[in-house]
Amino acid sequence: MNEEFLNTLGSIIGTATPLVIASLGETITERAGVVNLSLDGSLALAAVLGFAAAWTAQEAGVLDVPMQIALGIVVAMLVGALIATLIGFSSIKLRRDQVAVGFVLTLLAADLARFLGADFTRIPGPQITRFALPVLADLPVLGPIFFQQNALVYFSYILMFVIWFWLFRTKGGLSLRAIGERPEAAYARGAQVQRLRYWYTFLGGALVGLAGVAYSLNVKPGWSSPPAMQGDGWIALAIVIFGGWHPFRVVLGAWLFAALRAVSSNIQTNGLFIFGQEINFPFVLLNTLPWLLMIFTLLMVSGGFTERLLRYMPRAVQHRMRAFLRSDPPKALGTRFEME
Amino acid sequence: MKSPRALATQIAFLLIPVAISLAVAAVLVTAVGRDPLEVVDAIWKGAFKDSRKVGGVVNFWIPLTLVSIGLVVTFRAGLWNIGVEGQMMMGALFASWGAQYLLWDASMSPLLNLALIALSALGGMFWAFVVGALKIRLGVNEIFGGVALNALVNVISIYMISGPWQPRIGGSAQGTEPFPVPALLPEFSKAFPVNIFMIFLVFAAFIVVMIMLNATRWGLNLKAVGRNMRSALLLGVATERTSMSAFLVCGALAGIAGSYRVLFTFDNLRPLASGGIGFLGLLVVLLLSIRLLWVPLITFAFAAILTGSTRLQIAPSLKLDSSLAGVLQGMLVLFVILFQGVREIFFPQALRDIDEDTGQEDRV
Repeated sequence: MNEEFLNTLGSIIGTATPLVIASLGETITERAGVVNLSLDGSLALAAVLGFAAAWTAQEAGVLDVPMQIALGIVVAMLVGALIATLIGFSSIKLRRDQVAVGFVLTLLAADLARFLGADFTRIPGPQITRFALPVLADLPVLGPIFFQQNALVYFSYILMFVIWFWLFRTKGGLSLRAIGERPEAAYARGAQVQRLRYWYTFLGGALVGLAGVAYSLNVKPGWSSPPAMQGDGWIALAIVIFGGWHPFRVVLGAWLFAALRAVSSNIQTNGLFIFGQEINFPFVLLNTLPWLLMIFTLLMVSGGFTERLLRYMPRAVQHRMRAFLRSDPPKALGTRFEME
Repeated sequence: MKSPRALATQIAFLLIPVAISLAVAAVLVTAVGRDPLEVVDAIWKGAFKDSRKVGGVVNFWIPLTLVSIGLVVTFRAGLWNIGVEGQMMMGALFASWGAQYLLWDASMSPLLNLALIALSALGGMFWAFVVGALKIRLGVNEIFGGVALNALVNVISIYMISGPWQPRIGGSAQGTEPFPVPALLPEFSKAFPVNIFMIFLVFAAFIVVMIMLNATRWGLNLKAVGRNMRSALLLGVATERTSMSAFLVCGALAGIAGSYRVLFTFDNLRPLASGGIGFLGLLVVLLLSIRLLWVPLITFAFAAILTGSTRLQIAPSLKLDSSLAGVLQGMLVLFVILFQGVREIFFPQALRDIDEDTGQEDRV
């Protein structure tokens, strides 16, 4: 296969990483029954504060570069985790609506990011560098796509498998799914519903924070206003639905979105050629594609539309298509659990 | 009637979150090395220094109040109309189309104004209808449908500005040419630059929606759908039609709000002309737990903070990002919501009028 094409695929995997990590984080939070709607703001705030921490360490010259990066990552993960925990607390302890609190935090965190980031706009800082994995990087086809990346990308692969294994192959994962589906039953069987919800909300939020800093230290280095990742939080939330709360499908969804974006931005810079013929149309309109895809995927996975579509299919494939397309949320998603 | 003691707790639990948000904002401002009192002074002067400044506040207040009234309707039906921002933009687009292509005589200006406002209401309703149809018929959550439609209309408006509607000279993505004068909404005076008709329209919308919500069958149906869709359906409420009507009312009001931005505030179409006012409206309505009565007052306070904060960037001794206004407003709403929860824990007896199923207070 042509080398340039493989490199393009590799860069798609690279730029998809923040989306992958954020969607995986949201997946475990929602599996526990809590919606963290604040992603679009959390990503921005984690990005700017993580970058600010790493940059400040660089200016002070106190740490070496890997430690500056590590500091930025820790700060960003704490920011994401704190915001998520606030949503968990307001729901579990204060009995507030998760969607309302999450939405307010989306706007608040985005504005806070702009306010605190004003002094950090468009300045260079430390960056995560790529390193090819020995042996794996030399694999034909797979090597250039998956294994000539940076540590965060490798981490996202591991994360995907760990979450899958935890969810579907361990006892802990069984309780995680149970507290999101039937918290009463889980409680009756001895699961600490509230404590687990706090823990998974915290963990999911920390991953969202990591995704945020993956932008400012790698994919879109630095900070600018309006932030480079604006809108991605909402896309990540949609990817979780598209992915049916399953880690593999979620990651696939994130890669698809990133691929579509790469294609549309490539056309906008280089023009579109089909069989050597230049095709001209207002390329600006290509920016609608991710959002049209978002609506379309949500259409496919949610009840009404799919059911109507299935009616026109042969009876034999109906059941399998339904199982393939439908994605049902954890039953207790967004609800409160009261111990009697 | 509430006992004096219950009233006192209620007031206390409104003042505490306000005080906390102000305190946190003061800490933030101090942290970036500025004087909080100077910030307060700048915002105050930016909003109320003279009648022109007050006019600026009113110019934010008009669209913000319109969308907030609309959002009370959708929230009442239990719908999260995040798409309100895009509905404003679609209204602005429709009005911009009319302003450029309906070349009526100057003597017809008032009629043209009315036609453009009606057109913008149609635009807003169109975009709200899409969100509603996706939600009601096709099962796409209105939050995600709304977010996607907001982004779509923004791309469309950028396309129109940089393409078909670009200025003849120096075409850029900054905005269209100023619209012909007859299409623009007239100023009351140079010293108080607002449009009086729109102020009347806001109050008319407020009164009509207030009556519709509280004294008609439709208002009752909305409430029933919002509280419990299933039992509303079993009681014979046409739930789909009721939900859609809520979207359409909100869309119409948002569209009109959008027309004010392009026909008065900017005099042309710009990218993001809606300016986050729809999102701010969502905050207002959340702050008020969906009570309509206080909307015009709170929107005035929010509009004043927003207008005043533009001075933060200009004031030479401050040079602060105007996003501080959003931070303050966001914290205010967040703490008010959180403290409602705190109040329920510590003073359950003070809340006799709490609704059993929803945990929300009976709304006025």
